[in-house]
Amino acid sequence: MTKLLTKLPGPLLFALIAAMMAGLTPALAQEEAGPVDDYLELVESVGAEYAPAFDFFTVSMLWTVIAAALVFLMHLGFATLEAGLTQSKNTVNILFKNVWIISIGLISYAVVGFNTHYPGDFNGWVSIGSMIGDLNADGGGTWGYGGLGLAMTGYGDFIFQAMFAATAATIVSGAVAERVKLSSFMIYSTILVAFGYTIAGSWHWGGGWLSQLGGGEAGFYDFAGSTVVHGFGGAAALAAVMILGPRKGKYSDDGTVKPILGHSMPLAAVGVFLLFFGWFGFNGGSVLSANPGPLGLVFTTTALAAAAGGIAAIMTSWAVLKKPDLSMALNGLLAGLVSITAGADSVSVVSSIIMGAVGGVIVVFAIIFFDKIKIDDPVGAISVHGVCGIWGTVAVAIFGGANLMSQIIGVIGVYVFAFVFSFAVFGIIKAIMGVRVSEEEETEGLDISEHGQEAYNTSS
Amino acid sequence: MKLVLAIIKPFKLEEVKEALSEVGIEGMTVTEVKGFGRQKGHTEIYRGSEYTVDFLPKVKIEIAVHDEVVSQAAEAIARSAKTGKIGDGKVFVLPLEEAIRIRTDERGDTAL
Repeated sequence: MTKLLTKLPGPLLFALIAAMMAGLTPALAQEEAGPVDDYLELVESVGAEYAPAFDFFTVSMLWTVIAAALVFLMHLGFATLEAGLTQSKNTVNILFKNVWIISIGLISYAVVGFNTHYPGDFNGWVSIGSMIGDLNADGGGTWGYGGLGLAMTGYGDFIFQAMFAATAATIVSGAVAERVKLSSFMIYSTILVAFGYTIAGSWHWGGGWLSQLGGGEAGFYDFAGSTVVHGFGGAAALAAVMILGPRKGKYSDDGTVKPILGHSMPLAAVGVFLLFFGWFGFNGGSVLSANPGPLGLVFTTTALAAAAGGIAAIMTSWAVLKKPDLSMALNGLLAGLVSITAGADSVSVVSSIIMGAVGGVIVVFAIIFFDKIKIDDPVGAISVHGVCGIWGTVAVAIFGGANLMSQIIGVIGVYVFAFVFSFAVFGIIKAIMGVRVSEEEETEGLDISEHGQEAYNTSS
Repeated sequence: MKLVLAIIKPFKLEEVKEALSEVGIEGMTVTEVKGFGRQKGHTEIYRGSEYTVDFLPKVKIEIAVHDEVVSQAAEAIARSAKTGKIGDGKVFVLPLEEAIRIRTDERGDTAL
């Protein structure tokens, strides 16, 4: 049919379509009431008097799925940032790992993650869930699913949280870059996302023991996941890097650090800006509704904290390192974002600037520190997510009224769990199949040795 | 026949090309290379660690010329590539044993 249409010359085709439209118009005029009738029917099915509430629910659900798409975009940000800060001989490998992570993250979250993350009534510590069913059933397809603070359908809740889950594993992928064995990483990341992230998350967002601290009165407060997402990833990354070891030649015995330059600052910058963009969905979507007050506040605190982090990192690195380093400035933006993630909805504008700025200062020193103790982190993931995650979480007690003890308990609980879980899984995988490529493979580059292809084909 | 080989600073390439054109030489092969002589490298810093960059970007020009124009070609290059600062480069003249024009199979002087 299409082929037949494309064979018609332009003017003839136009005339044909015009005739069809003319023929249809009377029909359209009659059905103009159609869509409106459909809407009225829909509203009446929930109760016509609830129309305004229904509208709010609908807008909230729409914002939620848009936010989910924004968080998805962060995976593009991670991919480009990691690619930019690593060598071109490993670019295919980095991108490949990122494709794997988003894929296995989404699938595992549907198969076991969502119901492990949000087990409903459980012992507060762990409850391994099953595959999601029809989340539109039993009122899950309307506002019956949640309240003002969860104004979305069951599927909306699922897809938004699913996008978060994979970000935990992707934090690790940057830290272990350029020397981790691909198959080992694929297995490790699957287990980390499916079980590690979800169990830790269930302690707080899933209603577990962290949310019940102080009899529920002094619960752990982590608005969008400075600890349960970023901190989890950072701590897990630290454990993996300790087992994996640094890249060959990075640290010499006399203490000097040999820089291994990233191959594309433009890619790295694009990545960070994409992450910043996606963070509006990450924090904004965590309002879990289109409630205008919190939504505007969260967008504002998020943006200001990022900006403050960037400026602070620029000033700090310029002072400490004599030259303004672009990669530090980029890490500074992210540090500000991680620092506000726990308290974006509960702190003032001035507080958000301070929180972001402190994060920006901390991240510069953390990056330098980890190199000093020979923890090789090519992209600064442990510093940005792990260290600033601690600050962001504790800062909510300083600036946002959370209980300091609860915040500290939460940080320790999740970080220790993430570290031990990661250490154990990665350690077991190392014992069974190794976690690192050989020295020759590392020198040649993972693109050739693991994938048999190059990222930048110089001959074509 | 001689092969004139010159290492010059990259931004001088256009000037050298024009200077060669003025003495009647239109063809050349250019490669991007790295190198150093007496020009020292510099220190760079990446994420808190310093390192020295010894190799500096240069451009290598190779032209195959008739004996009659060798000195003019070499002069033209040396004159146009000079800045007066360290790192200007060098010009070498090598003997050329054989030359073949691939398209027509001409050999020797007529191949150039």
